[in-house]
Amino acid sequence: MPTDPNPALNADAFTLRRRPPAEKVVDLGFRQLTLLLASTVAIVLLGIFLTVFQGAREAIATFGLNFLTTSNWDPVNEQYGAFIAIYGTLVSSLLALLIAVPLGVGTAIFITEDLIPTALRDAIGLMVELLAAIPSVVLGLWAIFVMEPAIRPALNLLHSLLGWSPFFNTVPQGPGMAPAILILVVMVLPIITAISRDALNQVPIELRQGAYGVGTTRWGAIFSVILPAAISAITGGVMLALGRAMGETMAVTMIIGNALNFDLSLLAPGNTIASMLANQFGEADGIQVSALMYAALILMVLTFSVNVAAQWIVRRLSLRY
Amino acid sequence: MANPAPITYATSALFDRRPLHFDPSLRRNRFNLLFTTIAGVFAAIAVLPLVLVLVHVLVQGGRLISFGMLSQLPPPPGLDGGGIGNAILGTILVTLIASLIAIPVGVGGGVYLSEYSSRGWFAQFVGFGNDVLAGVPSIIAGVFVYGVVVTTRIFFDQSYSAMAGGIALAVLMLPTVIKTTDEGLKLVPQELRWGAYGVGASKFVTVTRITLPSAFTPIATGVVLAIARAAGETAPLIFTALFSPFWPEGVFSPIATMSVLIFNFAIMPYEVQNALAWAASFVLVMMILGANLLARWISRMAKV
Repeated sequence: MPTDPNPALNADAFTLRRRPPAEKVVDLGFRQLTLLLASTVAIVLLGIFLTVFQGAREAIATFGLNFLTTSNWDPVNEQYGAFIAIYGTLVSSLLALLIAVPLGVGTAIFITEDLIPTALRDAIGLMVELLAAIPSVVLGLWAIFVMEPAIRPALNLLHSLLGWSPFFNTVPQGPGMAPAILILVVMVLPIITAISRDALNQVPIELRQGAYGVGTTRWGAIFSVILPAAISAITGGVMLALGRAMGETMAVTMIIGNALNFDLSLLAPGNTIASMLANQFGEADGIQVSALMYAALILMVLTFSVNVAAQWIVRRLSLRY
Repeated sequence: MANPAPITYATSALFDRRPLHFDPSLRRNRFNLLFTTIAGVFAAIAVLPLVLVLVHVLVQGGRLISFGMLSQLPPPPGLDGGGIGNAILGTILVTLIASLIAIPVGVGGGVYLSEYSSRGWFAQFVGFGNDVLAGVPSIIAGVFVYGVVVTTRIFFDQSYSAMAGGIALAVLMLPTVIKTTDEGLKLVPQELRWGAYGVGASKFVTVTRITLPSAFTPIATGVVLAIARAAGETAPLIFTALFSPFWPEGVFSPIATMSVLIFNFAIMPYEVQNALAWAASFVLVMMILGANLLARWISRMAKV
């Protein structure tokens, strides 16, 4: 019978240590606790939807889908239609993106493609990031007292040149759709720049080397190789920015004019769902609260679909290298 | 045997060297210059608003800052003097409430996603829900808390309160904290966890003593940024924390915050109130930029 060369080791050292019950309880308890904490996300999300839906039910039953297409907002006769706000939300955010996307992507290219020294690139990147940190309400204050008076001459010029078209046929008088769009540009620019910058940085170096190797110029490489490789992430970022622009409240509320009458002109005051909520929710009662909740529900559905589309685009359109 | 003919390089004269020289007048080079200029102009336009806003807030707000401005109550409309003391205190209090809720919940949720979930459907669902929650407009968070906390009066029959405002801000902070915790923990090398298990540590001990501390930097950076963002939020506070011209009267009463003060006072037709709005902007922007620089400093400290 073979004898163990070192019997002392066999005796205790290799006996399994039983885990004390207290340790097991702590382990299991901690796991369940983190599970519970992780579930709060789902609970809060569900809670938000149910609260808004529950609040909106009365208005949905009363106004139905006419709410989306009528534009009278009349607390005295209790007639509500959110067309102005929905139109304003869509138009302001889409036009803001139209301006912000070239600016943001251009800036991102400028600070990723080795056009200027690294220190300068980092400085511009830092400044755009800090712009994202400025609170919306401060931008709104700045828009009221500094930006709007400063751009009024330009808007007046726009009115005198293009006043024949229904989009510019009102005289700019302070708050309006156009300043709101500009302040939205300022707000979404950092998002688009940051996401485009990350997307461009993630394009594999081999793609650039290949493009330069076959003799293309810098902008030839950017337009036909680098941008197409990064386009899915950039599009996703643009969609996220669209969602942010539609839900943006404070700066827009302070400068858009909160109109109750529909006007096609971009120089006239307008309204958005978010600014309507910010302005009226505190003082509303009865069915007006419900109508506002209905508008909030529409805003939620809009931002939700845009955000889901953004995630879907990033996942589906991403190139496999 | 005859020597081989010496090699001459005459043939190289046939090689056209001109394309190897940079010729700015070529169409492709002019095209390059044009687009580089456009990108540069776009970058300048993108930076311009920050410079303009900062300069204006620093100059307009900075010259109003005095001890009285920071320590007094806002005056009634039409009167002179006063300050934003209650709003500064209120912003700190409401942000503190939000942090006390969002940081434990968010870090715990992030720990579950990274350390416990096996990336099954529940983890995917929570991850997706987190992204959706991050995209929910801030005003909707206000509507939610208004419906759940303010109208139900669940806190000692109080409607508008600092607590309600803090909860609304916590809803906005939560997705950021969860995401940064999850991503920070994913960066921790697997060997650290194996090492801890190898010396007999339980999962709880591994997470709390090994994994979380080594992910401290990314988590702290994300948390500081989330707090900074929450401090500047206005929309969820307008009809949860409301506003108050008095000093804070506890967490279950309406409370003044700098962001709501800016909103309320900016649209008033009184110059005194407008000036207070600028002063509050100065303090708020300083706090938020300070927090951003702190976050950068934290993440740089760790790299050294």
